[in-house]
Amino acid sequence: MEGFTALYIFMLAAFTGYEVISRVPVILHTPLMSGSNFVHGVVLVGAMVVLGHADADSPLQLAIGFVAVFLGAANAAGGYVVTERMLAMFNKSGNTKKGGAQ
Amino acid sequence: MTAKWFIDASYFAVAVVFILALKAMSSPVTARRGIVWGGIAMVFATLVTFATPGLHNVGLMIVAIVSGAAVAWWSGKTVKMTDMPQMVAIYNGMGGGAAAAIAALEFARGEIHGTVVTLLAVLGALIGSVAFSGSCIAFAKLQGIMKKAWRLPAQNAVNVLLGLLVLVLGGMIVIADALQPGLVIAFFVLALLLGVILTSPIGGADMPVVISLLNAFTGLAVGFEGYVLGNPALIVAGIVVGASGTLLTQLMAKAMNRPISNVLFTPISGAAAGGGESIEGSMREFSALDAASVMRYASKVVIVPGYGMAVAGAQHKVWEMAQLLEEGGVEVVFAIHPVAGRMPGHMNVLLAEAGVPYDKIFDLEEINADFPQADVALVIGANDVVNPVARTDKTSPIYGMPILNVDMAQNVIVVKRGKGAGYSGIENALFYKDNCRMLYGSAQQAIAEVITHVKALEA
Repeated sequence: MEGFTALYIFMLAAFTGYEVISRVPVILHTPLMSGSNFVHGVVLVGAMVVLGHADADSPLQLAIGFVAVFLGAANAAGGYVVTERMLAMFNKSGNTKKGGAQ
Repeated sequence: MTAKWFIDASYFAVAVVFILALKAMSSPVTARRGIVWGGIAMVFATLVTFATPGLHNVGLMIVAIVSGAAVAWWSGKTVKMTDMPQMVAIYNGMGGGAAAAIAALEFARGEIHGTVVTLLAVLGALIGSVAFSGSCIAFAKLQGIMKKAWRLPAQNAVNVLLGLLVLVLGGMIVIADALQPGLVIAFFVLALLLGVILTSPIGGADMPVVISLLNAFTGLAVGFEGYVLGNPALIVAGIVVGASGTLLTQLMAKAMNRPISNVLFTPISGAAAGGGESIEGSMREFSALDAASVMRYASKVVIVPGYGMAVAGAQHKVWEMAQLLEEGGVEVVFAIHPVAGRMPGHMNVLLAEAGVPYDKIFDLEEINADFPQADVALVIGANDVVNPVARTDKTSPIYGMPILNVDMAQNVIVVKRGKGAGYSGIENALFYKDNCRMLYGSAQQAIAEVITHVKALEA
């Protein structure tokens, strides 16, 4: 990728991230932090690509690649589960006015 | 139409869906949909990646994916809601670790060429490593594995020196003609150490800001490694998270009136909290019966929950009490300070778990004007966020922090375990005010007693 093209992508993505979040109500800050934590779990894809091109005869490379994929998968899966659990509770409490007690 | 074209197109679609998912998460109504779309996109991206031409080690890869996902899935499903913050911290740290490991593997393969690529690989590795080790420390602290915040003598000087040293090593990697393994290893070790040293002295109250900051760090690291791998989806997802995480960190730091530089370099500690004028007067105690009758015959009650309530697991009892009062014609609302709980919005999640509808929950700006009209402000396990010295005492370490003005209510009832000072160790002037009464006991048991008395009043 050419340097300046990448720089433009960086710039536009940064503004997008700022804009997308700027109108979020405080009550959603925690699920949102968790949700954005899930989104960077896409690092899994990058980890898969590097492990896929690692030298199969080098234990060091395989080990680092394995760690990268393992951590990336945990980031994505954990981020998803935790975010989904939090947001599921919001839906429940929004719909049933008298849920909860007894 | 080649496999490469198909993969690139898929990644593009995935990046679009991620942004839409984050956008959907900005409203309570669409938030759930947002995360589900994101999840589908993530699974799709993972499957598509298997079609990458020349992909080896697929068996090992599947083992890594399945084991990593299974461990995280299980821990995420079983964790208690009060322990959410440290789970977010540890998953985030794993993402940072993955980004750093990608850089490490690219260095090991000798696949990093060109100044710009090396520079971004090094930056991503540095930021990812700091996010990884820093998040592990944050996890250990919130989980209670690491009890004390320890400070080195001349902590700030050590931070700066270590930071400079890592940057110098990184710079040497960038300008070196050939790869020197020793240099790279030293760089990673010091970067990991930097994360530990930076986060260790930070106290519990500042933890949410740190987790948010490390989340933004991981985003940036992922974005930079995305450039190294020539993968625009990683760049977009990473940088979007980096930017939004930075904004979120600023919002949080602002809510606490603690500039991010202060959070990192001058943590509130018992010694620093020693400042502030001493407070005259005495605390007056209230019985559960008194509290029950004052609230039962009030027309408006504002409940201010804090982390103490969450730790006691009292949110269900509190909501039961609120419903009981509402049946008696009392208007009950909840007021939440931005940093109540351990992360912004954490308290909202805990209340939602107990079944409190979100239209009864108000944040600081919405509710502060209403306190003078409230008959009762019931403070449960909150302390520093209702301390009026933040408005009045310029010498106090929390001066200037926006607080909930509960002292303006007609009556204030504080449910508290004992007479000690708050999390930050600062005396609370609220407790000595004429309109304030203390109801001692754990939140769970105190509220249960109030419920019994309210029921008796109805009969």
